[in-house]
Amino acid sequence: MTDLSATQGAGRPWGRIALRWGLYVLLGLFALYYLIPLFVMVTTSLKSLEEIRSGSLIALPREVTFDAWTKAWANACTGIQCEGLRPYFWNSVFMAVPAVMISTVVGAMNGYVVAQWRFRGANVIFSLLLFGCFIPFQVVLLPMAKMLGILGVAGTIPGLIMVHVIYGIGFTTLFFRNYYVTIPVELVKAAKIDGAGFFRIFFSIFLPLSLPIIVVSVIWQFTQIWNDFLFGVSFSQAGTQPITVALNNIVNSTTGVKEYNVDMAAAIIAALPTLVVYVVAGKYFIRGLTAGSVKG
Amino acid sequence: MAPILDIQNLYKAYGQTEILKDINVSIEKGDFLVLVGPSGCGKSTLLNCIAGLEPITGGQLNIAGLDMTNVSPKDRNIAMVFQSYALYPTMSVAKNITFGMQVRGVDKATQEKKLAEVARQLQIEKLLSRKPSQLSGGQRQRVAMGRALVRDPALFLFDEPLSNLDAKLRVEMRTEIKRLHQDLHASMVYVTHDQIEAMTLATKIVVMKDGVIQQIGTPAEIYRTPANLFVADFMGSPAMNLIPAKVHQDGNARRIEITRDGEAPLVLTDRRGLDLPQDVIIGLRPEDITDPASRQGDAIEIADCMVDVVEPAGADTYVVSRLGGKEVTARLQAETDVRPGARASFAFDLAKASYFEPKSGIRLS
Repeated sequence: MTDLSATQGAGRPWGRIALRWGLYVLLGLFALYYLIPLFVMVTTSLKSLEEIRSGSLIALPREVTFDAWTKAWANACTGIQCEGLRPYFWNSVFMAVPAVMISTVVGAMNGYVVAQWRFRGANVIFSLLLFGCFIPFQVVLLPMAKMLGILGVAGTIPGLIMVHVIYGIGFTTLFFRNYYVTIPVELVKAAKIDGAGFFRIFFSIFLPLSLPIIVVSVIWQFTQIWNDFLFGVSFSQAGTQPITVALNNIVNSTTGVKEYNVDMAAAIIAALPTLVVYVVAGKYFIRGLTAGSVKG
Repeated sequence: MAPILDIQNLYKAYGQTEILKDINVSIEKGDFLVLVGPSGCGKSTLLNCIAGLEPITGGQLNIAGLDMTNVSPKDRNIAMVFQSYALYPTMSVAKNITFGMQVRGVDKATQEKKLAEVARQLQIEKLLSRKPSQLSGGQRQRVAMGRALVRDPALFLFDEPLSNLDAKLRVEMRTEIKRLHQDLHASMVYVTHDQIEAMTLATKIVVMKDGVIQQIGTPAEIYRTPANLFVADFMGSPAMNLIPAKVHQDGNARRIEITRDGEAPLVLTDRRGLDLPQDVIIGLRPEDITDPASRQGDAIEIADCMVDVVEPAGADTYVVSRLGGKEVTARLQAETDVRPGARASFAFDLAKASYFEPKSGIRLS
């Protein structure tokens, strides 16, 4: 009897340890698989063209040089112009920041109304907004182009802002609505009896509660808008193109020698802002996504 | 003086579904009105209608003599305490209490003065800088009451304010609310599904079921002379014994015959000369079926019954027997020597008996 229980006792922890290690190895492999492209991009961007041609793809740079980065930022050619990514980077900033802010504010307002002020048809309107999340980009391209033309903002940054706001409202409304439905309706009732009106209740009571979901909305919208290519390429013209379009032009329009190091540096520059946003606000993102599932 | 709250022929419907039907209630200044009933009876909806949080479909609703039909909640001169307390989570206790005054544009000095007053009254001075999440249930309840008190309204509304508290705290807060009512001479409307809360707090009770008022009266009236079987069964714990019986005329007296399994029927005599039909349901409170030694009087009928179950409850002992096909509870003194499975004699106080029409459930005479 004692022997039996001893072997059982010994067998169980060994099995558990093996399982744990197996899990770690597997996760490590996945992480590696995801990180290798980034590694290759970073190392390649720091090599000279000479070294890229002669060396191996995954080797560390023998001599670190930032020439490719300066070129990508300031004087790489996108078609006939050779002023690097810089102007397009700022185009993207001027497009993404207002678009994120406007769509988040409108989404918060919509979510508040749909979740807490049940009016006739609230559910229908919410369903329609939700449906907007599932409309593929391609479907709206032509009508949107027509609309932008009518409004006189075709090919401008405000036009792009408008497109992104409209497309983003469905998502931001969904975020805020789902966050606000977890807040008891009695809060609004109490505030009404205290004399607060629609906007007072929103700004004094709901907005201060919303930091986690604002972060979610900002990260989501910023990533979407910054990374968008299709709207950018369709609704911009020379001078108003966002960075994603410029990146494509740099990589695809070079003639002669392909400057891999410049391409890689340009790609990293284009991706950097979303990375920064995620690192800075990432923990709120996770918290915001799970908010409501657990009662505080 | 006009009644503080006057409701005439109030109807409330959501689409085709009628939630409240022909509600008529009015209370004077200083009354404590309790709306009681099972869940879904419309009592909370009625309270929301009084608060103006729900529009009414028909009828008249006056507060302090003024028609409130199209008046928004903030202009009704009311304050409300909610079941979930509904404290503003991002504001401190002090801000929670002064928020209403701030919205109404009361000057800072008055706000501070009133806050200090209310905080002292409710003994929450030490909590003023805390956030609601740092408070216990009882403390949150106090803050919610503070928010109502600081308004000094014509009418206080309470929506099941104690049902989220544990049993002991609930009794404490109940006493506190009662004391507050006495000290302030305030007019209050209080919703609960707990009939004990209703009995202990109210000066006037409204018993509701399916959106219809079953009975309005003082706690004593509701308890002693329930208007129908529903009220009789709902109010009181343990519930009133409701036993089917046959009535035989015997001069001025009525002989009430209750069948029993495997023995001769139990016959009790009511000498009040009531006008009763042949089939009735007799209602007797557990305390009106008791030890023969403890109760004397003309209306007392002594009878032997078989004891099924004995439940000691500390102060009293409840004894269950079967009469007329129903479990009948009697309330005996704690140190009774009644044993289950044996016969014992009980005193039935017929002067306290209620009679109901079996089909409609309506009280007879």
